[in-house]
Amino acid sequence: MDLLFYISGLVAILSTFMVITRTNAVHALLYLIVSLLAVALVFFVLGAPFAAALEVIIYAGAIMVLFVFVIMMLNLGSDAARQESQWLSPRTWIGPSFLVLVLGSELLYLFLSVEGQYFSQEYSGPKAVGIALFGPYVLGVELASLLLLAGLIGAYHLGRPHRH
Amino acid sequence: MNQVLIQLAVIIVILLGLTTVSAGLIWLERRLLALWQDRYGPNRVGPFGLLQVAADMIKIFFKEDWIPPFADKPVFVLAPAIIMVTTFLSFAVIPFAPGIGIVDLNIGLLFFLAMSSLGVYSVVLAGWASNSKYALLGGLRGAAQMLSYEVFMGLSLMGVVMLTGSFNLSAIVEAQRGLWFVIPQFPAFVIFLIAGVAETHRLPFDLPEAENELVAGFHAEYSGLKFGMFFVGEYLGITLIAAMITTLFLGGWLGPVLPPFVWFFLKTFVFICLFILLRASLPRLRFDQLMAFGWKVMLPLVLANLLVTGAIVLARS
Repeated sequence: MDLLFYISGLVAILSTFMVITRTNAVHALLYLIVSLLAVALVFFVLGAPFAAALEVIIYAGAIMVLFVFVIMMLNLGSDAARQESQWLSPRTWIGPSFLVLVLGSELLYLFLSVEGQYFSQEYSGPKAVGIALFGPYVLGVELASLLLLAGLIGAYHLGRPHRH
Repeated sequence: MNQVLIQLAVIIVILLGLTTVSAGLIWLERRLLALWQDRYGPNRVGPFGLLQVAADMIKIFFKEDWIPPFADKPVFVLAPAIIMVTTFLSFAVIPFAPGIGIVDLNIGLLFFLAMSSLGVYSVVLAGWASNSKYALLGGLRGAAQMLSYEVFMGLSLMGVVMLTGSFNLSAIVEAQRGLWFVIPQFPAFVIFLIAGVAETHRLPFDLPEAENELVAGFHAEYSGLKFGMFFVGEYLGITLIAAMITTLFLGGWLGPVLPPFVWFFLKTFVFICLFILLRASLPRLRFDQLMAFGWKVMLPLVLANLLVTGAIVLARS
């Protein structure tokens, strides 16, 4: 199981790197989908199959479809790809690389200093997630649903047919 | 080691069986359509025209597999593979009979929903990669249609999950030993059937390909074996939805006298024929009608069903 974790983690990192470096927007989105699927597999290996399934259904299967849908309608041509590749000049890498280095060394320090088990072998199925969501985290669930309702009403208002 | 070999054999038998069945469906559909439209259909090649499928397959294999120069090559090639892979993967969680199935996943139902939501990419990416206006329009319609109907499909199944208390498909079948879920969950059954037709984009919901307005929609630029994959993928999708209806609402393999596998096969077959009858008898909707029907009729219905089921389950416990 550990090997599966490392393989899917590696796939996630590589595909995320490809997301950043692709100049074609749809290709970048495809790599992002692969990255999300890899993360779902990581969840599955860590004993959270419910989170894994939701990652695929909601992120890879719904939100990313909408992204692809919008990008398709924009009909970006080779001009957009050229513009993108200009933005990817070596100089723009300096700042982000420095920040990533800081984060990476922090992570390495944590791994080296904390002893014990890194893999959670505890299994949490759908029932456990549901009990947690509507038990200790019910406030968070309610807040998120309020936010979604506000978004829904906002979208309805924007999409309302105008009466003259 | 032996266990692994048996498992592999089961996987191969199911894969080959599904491919054969879905290719055979092409013949079945043409014959049944002909029957209902009072003509003969393919009846020249082999007994009852059965070898028509073989002839079609040979033809499709030897056609030129052409990729248009204006297409986005890698995505163009990837798109038809996605529908085959996601549909085949969905079959992995279906219990054909007690003990006969590829994997008994405890989140089986969610896995099916996940795979069917990934199947949308096939239509969308085929439409985009073809880089032609008809294909793009088909892809856009496909994305909007499948995304909307997925919502009702997922929600309609939650009543079944509530009554069973599990996402495991074998557990769902076992829970129907006394009473098939088609009776207590009748609205959910109807909604799932309609959403299933929309998910497989079959008539009357075949707006993404609508040949008299969009040439052939998202697969207008495809030829040869890649077109064949979309074609067989559609029949695989029909088989999948029919098998899911059987598992979730009609007691799966349960039934008297006959062996379990035969019951499963018979029930699935009835629904496949229903899908074909729908094609033979219903005209195609307009796209705005399709979307309005989904959001204004199906969504309130499915939410009401969920509410009532939840209330009853709570009151009984």
